[in-house]
Amino acid sequence: MEKRYGALRALAGVSLAVEQGEFFGLLGPNGAGKTTLINIIAGLARADAGRVAVLGADVRQEYRRARRLLGVVPQELVFDPFFTVRETLQLQSGYFGLRANDAWIDEVMHHLDLTAKADANMRALSGGMKRRVLVAQALVHKPPVIVLDEPTAGVDVELRQELWQFVRRLNRDGHTVVLTTHYLEEAEEHCQRIAMLKAGCIVALDTTQNLLASLKGPHPADLEDVFLHLMQKH
Amino acid sequence: MTGFATLLYKEVLRFWKVAFQTVAGPVLSALLYLVIFAQALGERVVVFDGVPFTAFLVPGLVMMSVLQNAFANSSSSLIQSKVTGNLVFVLLAPLSSAEFFAAYVLAAVVRGLAVGVGVLAVTMWFVELRLAAPLWALAFAFLGAALLGVLGLLAGLWAEKFDQIAAFQNFLVLPLTMLSGVFYSIHSLPPLWQQVSHFNPFFYMIDGFRYGFFGAADVAPAASLAVVAVSLALLSALALRLLAAGYKIRT
Repeated sequence: MEKRYGALRALAGVSLAVEQGEFFGLLGPNGAGKTTLINIIAGLARADAGRVAVLGADVRQEYRRARRLLGVVPQELVFDPFFTVRETLQLQSGYFGLRANDAWIDEVMHHLDLTAKADANMRALSGGMKRRVLVAQALVHKPPVIVLDEPTAGVDVELRQELWQFVRRLNRDGHTVVLTTHYLEEAEEHCQRIAMLKAGCIVALDTTQNLLASLKGPHPADLEDVFLHLMQKH
Repeated sequence: MTGFATLLYKEVLRFWKVAFQTVAGPVLSALLYLVIFAQALGERVVVFDGVPFTAFLVPGLVMMSVLQNAFANSSSSLIQSKVTGNLVFVLLAPLSSAEFFAAYVLAAVVRGLAVGVGVLAVTMWFVELRLAAPLWALAFAFLGAALLGVLGLLAGLWAEKFDQIAAFQNFLVLPLTMLSGVFYSIHSLPPLWQQVSHFNPFFYMIDGFRYGFFGAADVAPAASLAVVAVSLALLSALALRLLAAGYKIRT
């Protein structure tokens, strides 16, 4: 995939495949192209060259199927101030053509500890609560592939732990998870495989174990050591 | 419900939740226009034969309210969603650009007609009116609201901030409605300004709608309807093309 924004080369020929059922990490400094890549997968941006498919569905030619297969948690804390939490989730279900989805909506709200806030207006929620609603919105249509773009940015410890518990459960149930994060210990703990991007290029793509083993030194390396080493090298 | 029906429902719910601002406010404004203009000019202005000025004024005010509110609905909803970023939820959904277009435009029509019915309902207390050709009135109200809904959608797509929508509204929509014959028959204008009025598409919407009430108009209603329908078709084609290209909404 290639993508330019004016003179900026956001993606300079990125090619990768995420396996079905995998917990995959997409790491890189700010401006590396992580969000651009996610936006192209989600249909929010269009690649200048190359193609993307979600479980075989081309995101341009078969956009309806591709979008049904995909649940995206956007990085920005966005919400519609006109609606309550429940209305927000019911509307999002409806956009995907799902009627009578309340049982699943209740279950998602339960797992994300949102039940008590179901009838609260979105404006009245704290930042952490709004983040939970974003996750719930991405899951209303039970997508087999879940993309989380920095889901724990600005989130307290309690929610982080609850969120990872829930996402790990979804992954165990067979959902493919793609994660971007700046918290490298989270990626190290959860991701089976990791791609590292810098200036629109993949500089590393391997299992988390192999990446950790690639850096020889007096002490066992953690992902932060590997990340810094690779970013300086490229 | 399908994705399209949900988006339409959301867009209707969005203005209905703030109905004091989006419906009751415009109805009161139109009523004030009627009271002030009728009081100030009532006896002195002659329009169609045998039609009192206040009666002449009401259909114009109804249509002006329909048009302005249809524009306000699609333009403000879209710019708000763009600026706050929540448009992403619609863009992530498996909706086609035609469904997106139809939902925003139909919601604008619903808001325009809701305000129009409101204006008609309150002004009926002051003026005796009868509908000579109700189907013509309905056709012009529906097509006019749709046309302004599409124009609002285009403005919402193009604009990047609220100020640009306000400019569109204040420097294009407002002058074109005010100068379209809401408050006068263009036959009362000097010949040059009568000619100029014929280049204003809003004139045909108001004039055609008024025909539905009095069975008389400055231009034949079929000709007016053709102008409105062609304008609607052209702007819709443009809007559908921009939406399909993701103009300013998909990078």
